[in-house]
Amino acid sequence: MSATTSNASVRSTEPLVWGNPSFHDVTQTVSGIVEERKTPIWWWVAISISGALTLNFFAMMAYLFWTGIGVWGNNVPVGWGWPIVNFVFWVGIGHAGTLISAVLFLLRQKWRTSINRFAEAMTIFAVICALIFPGIHVGRIWVAYFMFPIPNQMAMWPNFRSALMWDVFAVGTYFTASFLFWYTGLVPDWATLRDRAQTKWRRLIYGVLAMGWRNGNKQWKHYELAYLLLAGISTPLVLSVHSVVSTDFATSMQFGWHTTIFPPYFVAGAIFSGFGMVMTLAILARIVYPPVKNYMTVTTLERMAKVIMLTGMMVGYAYITEFFMAYYSGNKYEQFVFVNRMFGPYAWAYWIMFSCNVIIPQIFWSKKMRTSIPVLFVASIFVNIGMWFERFVIVITMHRDFLPSSWGMFKPTIYDIGIFAGSFGLFFTLFLLFLRFVPMIAMSEIKGVLPQAQVKHHHGHDEGGA
Amino acid sequence: MAQIFSPKMNRLLLNSVIGSILVVVFVVFFFWYYGSPKYTDVGYRPVQPVKFSHKLHAGDIGMDCRYCHSQIEQAEHANIPPTQTCMNCHKVIGADNANLDPVRESWNTGEPIEWVRVHLLPDYAYFNHAAHLRAGVGCIECHGNVRQMDKVEQMKPLSMGWCLDCHRSPDQYLRPQAELTNMEWTPPVDHTEWVAKFKQEKKINPPEDCSACHR
Ligand code: HEC
Ligand code: HEC
Ligand code: HEC
Ligand code: HEC
Ligand code: HEC
Repeated sequence: MSATTSNASVRSTEPLVWGNPSFHDVTQTVSGIVEERKTPIWWWVAISISGALTLNFFAMMAYLFWTGIGVWGNNVPVGWGWPIVNFVFWVGIGHAGTLISAVLFLLRQKWRTSINRFAEAMTIFAVICALIFPGIHVGRIWVAYFMFPIPNQMAMWPNFRSALMWDVFAVGTYFTASFLFWYTGLVPDWATLRDRAQTKWRRLIYGVLAMGWRNGNKQWKHYELAYLLLAGISTPLVLSVHSVVSTDFATSMQFGWHTTIFPPYFVAGAIFSGFGMVMTLAILARIVYPPVKNYMTVTTLERMAKVIMLTGMMVGYAYITEFFMAYYSGNKYEQFVFVNRMFGPYAWAYWIMFSCNVIIPQIFWSKKMRTSIPVLFVASIFVNIGMWFERFVIVITMHRDFLPSSWGMFKPTIYDIGIFAGSFGLFFTLFLLFLRFVPMIAMSEIKGVLPQAQVKHHHGHDEGGA
Repeated sequence: MAQIFSPKMNRLLLNSVIGSILVVVFVVFFFWYYGSPKYTDVGYRPVQPVKFSHKLHAGDIGMDCRYCHSQIEQAEHANIPPTQTCMNCHKVIGADNANLDPVRESWNTGEPIEWVRVHLLPDYAYFNHAAHLRAGVGCIECHGNVRQMDKVEQMKPLSMGWCLDCHRSPDQYLRPQAELTNMEWTPPVDHTEWVAKFKQEKKINPPEDCSACHR
C-alpha cells in the first residue's frame, strides 16, 4: 500500500525531479559541485564579503566583552533590545529545517527530499547564530556556565521555573537533534564522496566523516530505523522550541506579552520565516548552480509558497486576535500597548511587519505568482524583513512601560547594527562552506524517489497492500 | 586503492564519545574542586609588615578582640586598630624589641602601618559584622580560633554556599552575647532550648533572598 499511495506521482503527474536523470546522473550532478576542481569566482567574492562581516562580528563581540553591554542601545525599559530581537529571528528561521526534514518525512511528503539537506543545514547555521545572541546578551560571557546545572561553590542552581532556563534547554536540544538528524542523513553521501575521491586528503576527510559506511544491507536497515526515530524525536521539537521561546515573553508580567496566544503564534511565525529563508537560499542556489534547477524544481518552490501563504495568514490572524483581545479585555493598559504599536512612534515598524507578513504573501493565491522565480525571490526577502520586524515590534515597543517617567526611544548603536549584520555574515559564511564542501542535495534519498526506484509499479496497485 | 581505514577504526567513534563524556566530567570536577574558594582561598596567610601575633596578644596575654577591633559591634567592618592602640602598651613594653621598629616608625611619622588584608569579599557582596554579632554568632564560626594563630589565616571559604549553609540553619552557630569572642566555649546541654528562646526574643531570621547580600 505505502509504496504506491505515498508516491507523489499518484496524485500529481509531475515528477519530483525534472530531466529524468539516472542514478548515476544524480551522483554526478550533486557530487560534481563539491568535487569541482576550481572554486568558482562568485564563491570567492561572496565568501570574502561574508567573511569580512564575520570578522567584524567577532571583533565587535570582543569589544563588547571587554567594555560591557553598554555599547548597545539597550536601556530600561527596553532591556532586551536587538540581541533578543536577533535571537528570536534566527531561532525562528531555524524552524524550517526540522519541519521539512522530520514532519514532512513522517507525513511522507516526498517533495521534501530535494530541499531537506539544504533546509537542515540552514537550520543548524541559523541556530548557531541564534545561540550566540543570548550568550553575548548576558554581557559577562565567562559566567555563561551559570545557565547549566553545574555544581558550584555559590550553591547556585538554575531556576527551572524560569522560562529563560527552558529556553536554554529547548534551543540546545533543538540544535543537538537537528545536527544529529542532518548528520545521519549525510552519512551515505559522505561515503559516496569518499569512494569517488581522487586525492588522499579528500579520501581521508570524507572517510572520517562517513564513519565506516559500507552501503551494506544491515547498515541501511539500521540507518532507516535511526532516521525514522530521529524524525519522531524531532517532530515535537518543531512545536516545542518556539513555544518555549515565546514563553520568555508570555510568562512575564508585561502587557502585550502576557498572552496565551504567543506559543502557537510564534510557531506559525517561525515556520513562515524559515520557509522564507529556505526559499531565498534555494533560489540563490539555483542561480549559481544551474543543474540544481532539476532538483529544486519550480513545483517544489510552489509548494513552499503555499506553506508561506498559509503560515502568513496564521500570523496575520494572530496579529488581529491580539488586537481584538486587547480591545475586548477592556484593560486600558493592554489596549494602550497595541494602540501604541500601531499608531505610536514605532508605527512604521508595525506596518512594515504587517505588510510584509500578512499582505505580501496574499499574492500567492495566484499560481502565476507562485511559479515566478523573481516574484518568489522578492516575496521571500520581504518575509524575512517582515519577521525581523515582528520581533522588533514585540521587543522594542516596550519603550513605553508602566512608568511614564522612564519612557523613551530605543536607539541602536553601531554595535547593534554591526553585530546584527555580522550574524548574517556568519550565517552566509557557513552556508557557502556548506555549498562548496557538502553535498547540498541528499543523493541517496533523491534516488529513492526517482521513478526507477519504484520497481513495484509494474506489478499493479493491489499487490503492495497485500 | 588500498583501504585507508582498518575495521578497528569503527571503534574510534564509540571511544571518542565515551572520551568526550569523561572529559566533560573531568573539567566540571576540576573547576568544582580546584576552582572553589575552599581550595583557592582557605589557608591564605599573607606576610604582614609587622611580626604581630594574635596568639601572643589575644591568646597568651588574653586581650579581648574588641580591645583592638573596637567598632565591630556597631559597624559593618571590623576596624583594624590604629598605631595609637599598640602604643598604649608598646610605649613601655618591648622598647628595645626590633620587631616593633615598624610600629614605632609609624608612630613617629604618623604614617599608618600597611596591614595586608586577609578576608575579602567581592564588592558586590554585602556583609555586616554588627548584625551577626547582635545575632550571637561568635568570631570563631567565621574566622577559626584566632587566639591560636601567630599569623591570621583564612579558615573558611567565605563563598556564597558557605554563607547560605549557616543562614539556612543557624541554630548550632548561635551563642550568648557574652561568649562572642570566647574561643573555648562549647554548647551546654540545654543549647537547643536556649536557641529556640533566643531566636524568638531577638527575632533572628537570616535572609536568603538575593538582595540581602547583593544590594
Ligand atoms: C592587639 C590588638 C588586637 C587584638 C586583641 C586582636 N586583633 Fe585581630 N587584628 C589586629 C591587627 C593589628 C590585625 C591586622 C594584622 C593581621 O592581619 O594580622 C588584625 C587582623 C585580624 C583579622 C584579619 C583581618 C583581615 O585582614 O581579614 C581577624 C579575622 C582578626 N584580627 C580577628 C581577631 C579576633 C577574632 C580577635 C580576638 C580573638 C582579635 N583579632 C584580637 C589586632 C588585634
Ligand atoms: C558571620 C561570619 C563572621 C563573624 C561571626 C565574624 N566575622 Fe569577621 N569577617 C567576616 C567576613 C565575611 C569578613 C570579610 C568582610 C569583607 O571583606 O567585607 C570579615 C572581616 C573581618 C576583619 C577585617 C576587616 C573587615 O571587617 O573587613 C576583621 C578584623 C574581622 N573580620 C574580625 C572579626 C572579629 C573580631 C569577630 C568576632 C567579634 C568577627 N570578625 C566575627 C565574617 C565574620
Ligand atoms: C595590652 C598591651 C599591648 C597592646 C595594646 C599591644 N601589645 Fe604588642 N606586646 C604586648 C606584650 C606584653 C608583648 C610581649 C613583650 C615581650 O615578650 O617582650 C608584646 C609584643 C609585641 C611584639 C613583639 C613580638 C615578638 O615576637 O618579638 C610585637 C611586634 C607587637 N607586640 C606588636 C603589637 C602591635 C602591632 C600592636 C597594635 C596592634 C600591639 N602589639 C599592641 C602587649 C601589647
Ligand atoms: C555562622 C552563621 C552565619 C554565617 C557563616 C553567615 N551569616 Fe549572615 N547572618 C547570620 C544570622 C544568624 C543572621 C541573622 C541576623 C538577624 O536576623 O538579626 C545573619 C544575617 C545576615 C544579613 C542581614 C543583615 C541585616 O542587616 O539584616 C546579611 C546581609 C548577611 N547575614 C550576610 C552574610 C554573608 C554575605 C555571609 C557570608 C560571607 C554570611 N552572612 C555568613 C548567620 C551567618
Ligand atoms: C547570605 C548572603 C548571600 C545571599 C542571600 C546571596 N548571595 Fe550571592 N554571593 C554571596 C557572596 C558572599 C558571594 C561571593 C562569593 C565568592 O566570593 O566566591 C556571592 C556570589 C554570587 C555570584 C557570583 C558572581 C560572580 O561573578 O562570580 C552570583 C551570580 C550570586 N552570588 C547570585 C546570587 C543570587 C541569584 C542570589 C539569590 C538567589 C544570591 N546570590 C544570594 C552572598 C550571598
